[in-house]
Amino acid sequence: MSASIDSHSVGIVSPQVARFAEPLALACGRELDNYELVYETYGELNPGRSNAVLICHALSGHHHAAGYHSEQDKKPGWWDECIGPGKPIDTRRFFVVSLNNLGGCNGSTGPSSINPKTGKAWGPDFPPLRARDWVNSQARLADYLGIDCWAAVVGGSLGGMQAMRWALEYPLRIKHCVVIAAAMKLSAQNLAFNEVARQAILSDPDFAEGNYQAMDKVPAQGLALARMVGHITYLSDGAMASKFGRDVRSGSLEQGNEQDVEFQVQSYLRYQGSQFSGNFDANTYILMTRALDYFDLAREYGNDPVAAFTHARCSFLVISFSTDWRFSPQRSREIVDALIAADRPVTYTEIEADEGHDAFLLPIPRYLDVFTAYMRRVGADD
Amino acid sequence: MRLDLTHIQRWINPGSRVLDLGCGNGEFLQRLREERQVRGTGLEIDAQNITEAIARGLNIVEQNMDAGLGNFPDQSFDTVVMAHALQAVHYPDRILDEMLRIGREGIVTFPNFAHWRCRWYLGTRGRMPVSKFMPYHWYNTPNIHFCTVKDFEELCREKQIRILARDVVGNTDREPMLANAWPNLFATTAIYHISR
Repeated sequence: MSASIDSHSVGIVSPQVARFAEPLALACGRELDNYELVYETYGELNPGRSNAVLICHALSGHHHAAGYHSEQDKKPGWWDECIGPGKPIDTRRFFVVSLNNLGGCNGSTGPSSINPKTGKAWGPDFPPLRARDWVNSQARLADYLGIDCWAAVVGGSLGGMQAMRWALEYPLRIKHCVVIAAAMKLSAQNLAFNEVARQAILSDPDFAEGNYQAMDKVPAQGLALARMVGHITYLSDGAMASKFGRDVRSGSLEQGNEQDVEFQVQSYLRYQGSQFSGNFDANTYILMTRALDYFDLAREYGNDPVAAFTHARCSFLVISFSTDWRFSPQRSREIVDALIAADRPVTYTEIEADEGHDAFLLPIPRYLDVFTAYMRRVGADD
Repeated sequence: MRLDLTHIQRWINPGSRVLDLGCGNGEFLQRLREERQVRGTGLEIDAQNITEAIARGLNIVEQNMDAGLGNFPDQSFDTVVMAHALQAVHYPDRILDEMLRIGREGIVTFPNFAHWRCRWYLGTRGRMPVSKFMPYHWYNTPNIHFCTVKDFEELCREKQIRILARDVVGNTDREPMLANAWPNLFATTAIYHISR
């Protein structure tokens, strides 16, 4: 076993696939006749089936949240800091379910899957999805796994939005809702960044109006640019300053020298962009950013978040990070204020952290302490 | 458990909703939950206290009450408690108004700066009192608005706040009797049950 797989890791895990043949009615008015969801589980479901925790992923996330797929894996799952034995979501106590959302590109049915009606990839014809569609498909997965009620539904960023939607759509199937670095809806600035990201993809000639797969092309340039823009918004000014500053990677700024200079931050962004464009599907990226844009927790409740939250029956943990400007602490406080006004049990902390929006994925001591302290009550209050 | 918190407990009805402003590590709210089955929420700003209180299974909101309590609706709690924080807030008078806007009743405790030991210290040494009970120096104290029993009652009169009950804690075993008779001189901690 590799040195990095320690006693706090869930170890080697393998994805599983759940197939659903019952049509799923979508918010857009269309139906998905059958679909697959790829998921992983960590820990054991207890006999009372009361210790299940659902992980909802963010924009570019997937089912592989913790552990390793093989001993050769260099990196663990995306939320390994928070899931495992002795970690906030302690797999000695909880049965953790983590899936790739519908419309994704990591194994669940999405734009790059084959449309059984045409025998070709869905591509741009894949139905647009909303967060509620994900929640409904996650509820089907819960049925499939024999889970009537989640001990907790947990998510950061777009995942936090799904967790809140769970609390409103299935109030009797969720006991605790953990909402990290999220918001009840995007701001105009958020929408603007997502639009730049989408335009980067749409304007790449290789995108071919979404039909790139049939033409055996990849809009790599567009995807990379989209990721670069996104990545800037996930980091804080301070985090970028301390990580890269104005360090020069190549070239020289000395006078009498025409050489172009490449700053470290440029090279980092390009690396992130190219990594992403090799692994992610452009149509999925567009679908996911639109779902993020369209999310508005209270829209169906007269635009009143207090009225919305009166439908919830669970307890809430809300966490924000001081330098997160993508989903700032103010956005989290709006959630908390609505919960207070709706007389729902809520715990809120604002974690001092330099890392911006990305902080929710990182091992910040106070964050892990608070998360651990809260999770201790989850499952204990049956 | 601090003595003033034991005194407060009997003014809180079983099963009621309690907001604890400056709830510390949540010891008091936990006891109220266990012994009075209250539904409690605590406000706190100290990171260590917040984590401890969350670990007790309490609902804690990280919020600085000096920045306002406008997010709490009118009359949304039965009782709003503020134990040993009045002297540490920027605008004690406004906080009192807010307490009685948010809660039907309020409970306030504070150290009585007119206690004879304080007076003696200041009178004989001419310096700001430092004691086991108030261990800070003038320049590093969080206590920026000390007041006395008389000061507090005068403020309540001005604001037309009703004092439903007053309780006092003395310094030694002997003092409670004296503190009841002459609170402004013998109470180390004053405890008030108030409403509009």
